[in-house]
Amino acid sequence: MHPQRLTPKERLQLSRQVMPAQDAAQRRANFAEVNLGLPETLALIEADRCLQCKNPRCMLGCPVNVNIPRFLELLSQGRLPEAARSLLHDNALPAITGRVCPQEIQCECECIRAKKGESVAVGHLERFVADWARAHPEAVPVLTAPPSGRRVAIVGSGPAGLTAAGELARNGHDVTVYEALHRPGGVLVYGIPEFRLPKQIVDQEIDRLRQAGVKIECNVVIGRTYTVPELRARFDAVFIANGAGLPAFMNIPGENLKGVYTANEYLTRVNLMAAFAPDADTPVLRPRCAVIVGGGNVAMDAARTARRLGAERVVIAYRRTKAEMPARVEEVHHAEEEGIDFELLCAPLEILGTDRKWVRGLRCVRMQLGEPDASGRRRPVPIPDSEFVIECDMVVSALGTRANPLLTATCRDLKLNERGNIEVDENGLTSMPGVFAGGDIVRGAATVILAMGDGKRAAIAIERYLLETKA
Amino acid sequence: MHLITAKTRLSPNVTRLDVQAPRIAEIRRAGQFVIVRRGEGAERIPLTIADSDPAAGTITLVIQAVGKSTRDLVALEPGEAIRDIAGPLGHPTELITAGRALCIGGGVGTAVVHPIAQALARAGVNVTSIVGGRSREWVILEAELRRCGDVVVCTDDGSYGRKGFVTEAATDYLKSGRCDIVYAVGPVPMMRAVANLTRPLGVRTIVSLNPLMVDGTGMCGGCRVSVDGKALFACVDGPEFDGHRVDFDLLAERQTTYREFEQAAAARPDHDCRIGLGQR
Repeated sequence: MHPQRLTPKERLQLSRQVMPAQDAAQRRANFAEVNLGLPETLALIEADRCLQCKNPRCMLGCPVNVNIPRFLELLSQGRLPEAARSLLHDNALPAITGRVCPQEIQCECECIRAKKGESVAVGHLERFVADWARAHPEAVPVLTAPPSGRRVAIVGSGPAGLTAAGELARNGHDVTVYEALHRPGGVLVYGIPEFRLPKQIVDQEIDRLRQAGVKIECNVVIGRTYTVPELRARFDAVFIANGAGLPAFMNIPGENLKGVYTANEYLTRVNLMAAFAPDADTPVLRPRCAVIVGGGNVAMDAARTARRLGAERVVIAYRRTKAEMPARVEEVHHAEEEGIDFELLCAPLEILGTDRKWVRGLRCVRMQLGEPDASGRRRPVPIPDSEFVIECDMVVSALGTRANPLLTATCRDLKLNERGNIEVDENGLTSMPGVFAGGDIVRGAATVILAMGDGKRAAIAIERYLLETKA
Repeated sequence: MHLITAKTRLSPNVTRLDVQAPRIAEIRRAGQFVIVRRGEGAERIPLTIADSDPAAGTITLVIQAVGKSTRDLVALEPGEAIRDIAGPLGHPTELITAGRALCIGGGVGTAVVHPIAQALARAGVNVTSIVGGRSREWVILEAELRRCGDVVVCTDDGSYGRKGFVTEAATDYLKSGRCDIVYAVGPVPMMRAVANLTRPLGVRTIVSLNPLMVDGTGMCGGCRVSVDGKALFACVDGPEFDGHRVDFDLLAERQTTYREFEQAAAARPDHDCRIGLGQR
């Protein structure tokens, strides 16, 4: 227990506590988690750095509106069970978001302390409380309500689907989640690597949902095994959160050479299919030099995975500068620490191959930043006569994803936008009554937490819809 | 879990498994496939649905044991179970409803052609099947195909039926009269040869491709094939394509991506590498 409450002045004097991490030289060769978690003593000090603002801006920055000051206050007082209950009430998957959220552009960027110095480490504290809750399940009982007799189908067991499932099950609804792959978790298991998000944590969160009564059926591909209209006929409401799906390509010559992967394929082989193990049934290529094209979290994940699988040189090729990279700051920092090379202002033109059709290099052109484009970012333009070749034997394209038409093509009543994403209103309602959607199938490629926000919002709207349609 | 209800050996390395998968048995159509994962830690492999019995709730898988994963799968016995089966995946076959169709199956590809021949025969199409194998013992599903129409069997060594390649028998058939569509499934060289044969004749030719695949839902892009110079995914855009537009060289090349891994897995004393037709 903490002796007594600090004054704001005393709080201001505390500096941000540092997350202990596995040594970079050591972790380059293993898949164990990089961040080790704050020890309790440091977590309590860090929680004391929160000024308990009257108008907490951090909450506005949070897509799922976690009451941050409340759980930090409870934590700073050493009241861990209450802190855990507070956090889990607001966020169904805090052990996950505490690890993968881009806090620096959400809660932490809104933190008043960031104006003059460093923000409170909300993400690290969220992780600390969530991990404490995982270790003390008896302190955070799974809440359930009496059965409502209403049935909800959820398509996809990624962050949006799991969040909605948790919220709806808590209200007593009979929830069935359909997952296309053999293991639930969506991007949390096929995409995000073990060293950033241990799969055991995902499994634990899913177990918790099962305890709350959520049913999860794997190997069911909506759009093939069942269609949305078929689900709609059997359930009172449907939430579609099947992810974005189709990988985007660079559309340059040589993309079909052997040794060219999409990040989706590369990461799925390594994460979902455990190809990192030497005796795994599913193979993955082990290059000497890998070039990853892209600047997002997925590019960092692919690069750091290649490093761990023994690549001597790993290069991230990105056409803008580090400042424009969409990846989390911490991921870029960790990648640098692990010796990943960054080729910035560099755009791929062609993948070069051997006569046996294996990758042997990536021909690139140097870019410079020109006028801002529609997105407000300065558009990269090629510098004439600046072509060069990066010699490599693997190229991974991590350029985001497009909407997968597998589900939508078998449900003509769903209104789509010109990019094939499902159109929804502010509550996540689609053009079909009782059918809601969220996550990447609506947004295009976004983040775990935005998908969770959609899941939470849709669950509230579904709750209202179920009330309105009550027989 | 999907219980195996029956197991039959069709040729020295091709095995038929009947497996419980009621929903898939009920709705699958010719040309569709499933992704199968034998157990914990096993690979996801795509297999065409060769047949189904909706009343019994079973589907038929015909598996050529060429690598570790397929060998593990055919080692299962009735009463044992396959852990994961997802599907039915891919587009159903583009079928004609009248006229004359030629179905060509090479080796285990015959199992892919069979449900197509079945569906055509049911629609009232005049079906002729040409099936090939290295020798008599490698010819599969002949009796089943005879229920759909005429069958010409070809063996490389002449030990059964005609001696020679399926393309030679196909040439004769195409000379003999009108043909509205050709379906050809087998090793890449066979499909390429059939496509080259029918292209100048202008006979529409459908081939079923089986590139490497992981998820089977369009997510990974590993199964991309080049059709008319465009990258398409066998899992969601196929698996059947217009054979006159497929880049078979690329397909064959990409199929060798993991050869070293396969050889390492195969370098076990119990393994006798016996890949069927056309791999010489």
